[in-house]
Amino acid sequence: MNKKVVVIGGGITGMEASVQLSALGYSVTILEKEGQLGGHLKDWTVLFPNLRKGNEIVSFLEHGLELQEVNIIYNSKINEIKKINKHYEIILDKQKSITADAILVATGFDLFDAHRKEEFGYGIYENVITSYDLEKIFAQKGEIKTPSGIKPKRIGFIHCVGSRDEKVNNHYCSNVCCVTGVKQAMELKTLIPDAEIFNFYMDMRMFDTHFEELYLESQKKYGINFIRGRLSEANETIDKRIVIKVEDTLTSRPLKMTVDMMVLLVGMEPSKGTKEIANLLNLKMRESGFLKPEDDHTMSNVSNMAGVFFAGTCSGPMSIKYTFTDARAAVTKINCFLKEYELQNRILVN
Amino acid sequence: MNYSHFVLPFTIGLIVLLAYMLVRFGVWIYKLDSDDKQRILKNIFSIKSLQAIKEIFTESLLHRNIFKTNKVLGYMHMSLAFGWLLLIIGGHIQTWIFYDRLSNPIYIPIFFEYFVHNKAGMLFGEVLTFTMDLILLFILTGVALAYFKRFYSKLFGMKKTTNLKLGDKFALASLWLIFPLRLLAESTAASLHNTGGFLTQNFGNFISGLIPVSFFEPVFWWAYSISLGVFFLSLPFSRYMHIPTELLLIALRKWGVKSKETFDAFADVELHACSRCGICIDPCQMSSTGISKKTPASYFLKSVRDKETNSYDALNCLMCGRCEDKCPVGITTTNQRLAQRINLANERQGDFSYLKDLNYQIKTDVVYFAGCMSHLTPGITRSMIKIFRKAKVNYWFMDEDGSACCGRPQKLAGNLEAMKQLMDFNKKRIVESGAKTIVTSCPICYKVFSEDYKLEIEVLHHTQYLNRLVEQKLLPVQADSKKVVYHDPCELGRGAGIYDEPRKLLTHVATLVATKHEKQDSLCCGGSLGNLEIEAANRSLIAKDVVDELSKPNPDVIATACPLCKKTFIKVSSVQVLDIAELIAMSIPEKNEKSGERKKITVLQEELV
Repeated sequence: MNKKVVVIGGGITGMEASVQLSALGYSVTILEKEGQLGGHLKDWTVLFPNLRKGNEIVSFLEHGLELQEVNIIYNSKINEIKKINKHYEIILDKQKSITADAILVATGFDLFDAHRKEEFGYGIYENVITSYDLEKIFAQKGEIKTPSGIKPKRIGFIHCVGSRDEKVNNHYCSNVCCVTGVKQAMELKTLIPDAEIFNFYMDMRMFDTHFEELYLESQKKYGINFIRGRLSEANETIDKRIVIKVEDTLTSRPLKMTVDMMVLLVGMEPSKGTKEIANLLNLKMRESGFLKPEDDHTMSNVSNMAGVFFAGTCSGPMSIKYTFTDARAAVTKINCFLKEYELQNRILVN
Repeated sequence: MNYSHFVLPFTIGLIVLLAYMLVRFGVWIYKLDSDDKQRILKNIFSIKSLQAIKEIFTESLLHRNIFKTNKVLGYMHMSLAFGWLLLIIGGHIQTWIFYDRLSNPIYIPIFFEYFVHNKAGMLFGEVLTFTMDLILLFILTGVALAYFKRFYSKLFGMKKTTNLKLGDKFALASLWLIFPLRLLAESTAASLHNTGGFLTQNFGNFISGLIPVSFFEPVFWWAYSISLGVFFLSLPFSRYMHIPTELLLIALRKWGVKSKETFDAFADVELHACSRCGICIDPCQMSSTGISKKTPASYFLKSVRDKETNSYDALNCLMCGRCEDKCPVGITTTNQRLAQRINLANERQGDFSYLKDLNYQIKTDVVYFAGCMSHLTPGITRSMIKIFRKAKVNYWFMDEDGSACCGRPQKLAGNLEAMKQLMDFNKKRIVESGAKTIVTSCPICYKVFSEDYKLEIEVLHHTQYLNRLVEQKLLPVQADSKKVVYHDPCELGRGAGIYDEPRKLLTHVATLVATKHEKQDSLCCGGSLGNLEIEAANRSLIAKDVVDELSKPNPDVIATACPLCKKTFIKVSSVQVLDIAELIAMSIPEKNEKSGERKKITVLQEELV
């Protein structure tokens, strides 16, 4: 009889891990809270760093699922998870339950709720939007207009909204927003060639392959402006434009600029689902709320509960590329576990 | 026979203590500034002194305020303080009657039972003996409670009092021995001379079967006298200094001496009037959340007394004023903390040279000063602007652009020079505007405008101003069925005593539901600018507690009247958090005049057809 793996969450991590686990011969079930798979990816039209289309990745993942036998339960809600001997009993609503020999938690992230930074005016000033809202505007494929309905001439991007921010208790870097800011600025410039675009940043963290090149290209070829300074507050003018107040920390001068639209590059937070599952399974969390592995170097993906593994953005912010890598890494660990090769038996000598 | 050597420890102790207190009180009063001295001269021969005596009676003897907090603790204090006084008075009455003269050696009333062995024919002799025994019993129950409290709290690992100093140990030990020793001395005397009351006689008869009383009687009298002497001599070096100091504090307060933000002789009197009863520990949210056990006022005041204050401890306090509200002695703990901050403030006062560039003149009726924190909560400023426009007020949004801070944050950090520069700048602009009223959305600004600016115009927090607009029907509002709880901001509530207007205002637009901590007892949101050391995560820890408490009646909205409270709550609340100004702005009925007119026209057209 095939051993059973239950994957909680049907985003990139959950989909890719399920394909691979199924290919290894395990009986896999995905529990997805929504009516469709794909997670946040389905809301993203174009991806950094190569500006390829988001739905290409979705179709890659879906095709994998078509090739393998994976059971998917949509709109599922987990009420309880019980450990019975070496198995887990996952009780869904309507009293339905599934058993699992191993669980992969792939519950992902939530975008930072920009309402929590009231000083930036999201939800108060019409023309303050988030990077997520801008993706939706891109998806509509029409002429780019501000929420007030005008064609923006000057646009400001605000980096690190909800990331590296002591005031909202998020000390970590969300990894993907810097390059998203560069990517979205370039897209906007392509769509509105006469627009002036400013990115207000703390540090540009261009850590991954081709990120730095993209950053340089955005300046040289697209003429995007980058100003080092953190937004202190935003105001609205009578004609609904946004006044940005920052300190330009490279020239050490206060700077005030009026833009037609302000885009907040919102960061990642552990999703509500991640926190719920962590509570149900008593999983260790970091101070940030992201899941904590048994050892930061040698035990990534391995939780404090035997047979429970996790991967993807439920363990910390990461880009799509690393999400794939992490999902596949978790599959290897689950495979070892189910074949009774225990990583934990290897000794750490200090 | 009216003298024995054993009276010496008591007599010397008492005389030294009285002399010391006289000098100490004298120095304190001498060090007060001349204004305070004038106030004392003006009031000392007035009804104020009688009021002081009354307060000394209710607080220092009956301990009414401690009773309010904890009945057992109150009884313990009352039995010791009031009982002791009764014992002294009773002793004097006995002495006056027995010797038939008013002037007697000071030790006689204390050791009356030693000197008087034949009360036959003494007026009220029996009654007095009975009464004195009753009083002694009353005190002994208090002493028993004190033993029990110390033993019990140690046994159960409860709240620990801070380490006792040497002086404290002497004073405590002697205080605990005084009354049991008096019981032993009077009982042995009673068993020898048959002069005791229901307590001493029976107890004396009982112990006479156990010990040779004629040998032990003088021993106990010596021990009793020594314990009194040691207590008096160690008192100035112990926390029991609070007993005489509180008397002076009450009198000074009644004579009109007020607490100041800088450390003066009055502050020093307050400092020594703290008994370290620990009533301030539980209400302190820094302590109850486990963030900082050292923050409660009782520990802080001790560190000031011992000259061990440091900048971190002085700044690691929310300045919410909860301890001040609960202090049974009425010590102005917030000013005490501020005084230390001012003392410890570093020289870096900031560069405010940019302020001169911001000068321009505007004439207006109402100055609106939103405050920096309101700039971080644009929902509030927009609501105020909407309200000003609806009410057709001639207003000037003073800090809309190119503004300066009100100065209160600098004051809370102890930087008075920085505060003054900002105040001078703002004050000039306010005065030049010719306004009759200044309205602010921020309780922090409100406090400094109303207390430090010495403006000749009316200063209002927006809750007061909006309440006036609504009650004078200058602003139309519509009530709805929203269930609202109200959180009193520290600076507005305990800080400025504004509790009623926000509540009245809320009842105009929503259903106001009570919560556990209201008005003086309200909690601090945790966001306070007063704490310069606390970490953001700990602020949220406090905020979470408060939001949980506020959410208990299942409100639709948590209303507050401070932008900083709002910002702090939003991070942790699943219930919507709004400022009162936002709720009011939302309750202004949308004018349907245009659509109404259109409808009329259509009807007319139909009629025409």
